Amino acid sequence: MQQRTPLYECHVAANARIVDFGGWDMPLHYGSQIDEHHAVRRDAGMFDVSHMTVVDLEGAGALPYLQNLLANDVAKLKTPGRALYTCMLNDAGGIIDDLIVYFLGPGRFRAVVNAATRDKDLAWMRQHSAGFDVALTERAELAMIAVQGPTARERAAQVLPEDAREAALAAKPFHALEVGDWLVARTGYTGEDGWEITLPGDAAADAWRRLVEHGVRPCGLGARDTLRLEAGMNLYGTDMDETTSPLESGLDWTVAWEPAERSFIGRAALDAQREHGVPRKFVGLLLEGRGVVRGHQKILFGGHEGEVTSGTFSPTLGRAIGMGRVPAAASGECHIEIRGKKLPAKIVAPPFVRNGKIRIEL
Amino acid sequence: MSELPGDLKYTKDHEWARVEDDGTVKIGITDHAQTALGDLVYIEPPEIGSTVAAGDSCAVVESVKAASDVYSPIGGEITAANELLADAPETVNQDPYGDGWLFAVRPDDNAELDALMDADAYQALLDEEG
Repeated sequence: MQQRTPLYECHVAANARIVDFGGWDMPLHYGSQIDEHHAVRRDAGMFDVSHMTVVDLEGAGALPYLQNLLANDVAKLKTPGRALYTCMLNDAGGIIDDLIVYFLGPGRFRAVVNAATRDKDLAWMRQHSAGFDVALTERAELAMIAVQGPTARERAAQVLPEDAREAALAAKPFHALEVGDWLVARTGYTGEDGWEITLPGDAAADAWRRLVEHGVRPCGLGARDTLRLEAGMNLYGTDMDETTSPLESGLDWTVAWEPAERSFIGRAALDAQREHGVPRKFVGLLLEGRGVVRGHQKILFGGHEGEVTSGTFSPTLGRAIGMGRVPAAASGECHIEIRGKKLPAKIVAPPFVRNGKIRIEL
Repeated sequence: MSELPGDLKYTKDHEWARVEDDGTVKIGITDHAQTALGDLVYIEPPEIGSTVAAGDSCAVVESVKAASDVYSPIGGEITAANELLADAPETVNQDPYGDGWLFAVRPDDNAELDALMDADAYQALLDEEG
């Protein structure tokens, strides 16, 4: 049985092309994926991300529980509303999922994990709650709308209660504000400014319609993928999985090594990798000429070989870009094998695009 | 759904073929195909002068999402590829039956053209596929 979000009828009414995404009927685009991409870079677009899994973690032991569960350290979240991005690792240091954790108040946290990994994530999170005073509650009744783009916050503020607008607009990146039973968080997956708004499912369709009235363009999962790739953001299951560690996935920066005495699941394996080095590293790729980079294509160096994990045509750059895993010593010029032809490419440091600006040398 | 041009022949793989005055045959993809593929961002043309058999994969159209093979509906020699598409692949989305043609073939055997569907038969196929 396919699952549908509370916004499904809105998508159908807007002529969305609906596709299966991990068991969910989701909009791929509403006509032109490229136009939707540009709308987010230049103005404001919104995505239905209600399929994602929201889990509330409450109790006196929620903080030590999350400090053990996650590779980043939630103790960094000193004031209510702060958020952080982190990996959840297995004992071998492989990535079970990537997620965002919000600190809502003393003993109150919220995690947002991927839809496709829901079952294994919840099982893992419950299994490791033994011995901690923490209650896990999935909030399947909540919907989530990501409003992204340079004008996104200013437009989306119009659908908030008038007395909450000023405070919401004052929130800094990676800060969230509870507005009634809505959570307005200045986070996203596009490389643009904006909010991810979590709200009751029965209020979602009305909010969506009002956002359209305020000039926010509905965007599908297609544009979400090209935007996140330009922003150099990893996609779970594509760029990393349980067989790859954060150190092989460009996510070293999400691991909190200090304090050294904090133990977390996967730490011993990561410490060993850090000491001895990992054989592979994660890089950005830019194709020199025409063509399109796709996942699983080979990246060729003299004598060494890597693999593209994600690739696409970048609408902002007008060039093909990708991310991939290559031997640790590899750098500079390479070739990507596309349908038997070796096409010149180069290794670059993501992000490719942030806040509407190209960030690499073309 | 827009009207299918009546002067074209069609294949089950959603390509079209049009006989030109010089006897060559222009090949493209149908409006249905371009809609299903979405925004096209790269067209890999066939090699001019190469020989193809009916059903051979000879060009690739890539949307943001995926790459798809284009098969030659007829056998013959590739005489031209649409140069406009190198810089403007979106022409295939905008004008699939006109400026968005992909390549031209000089047919070995005109009888292969007769085996293709006319507009009515292709419309029936689209209706069937829903």
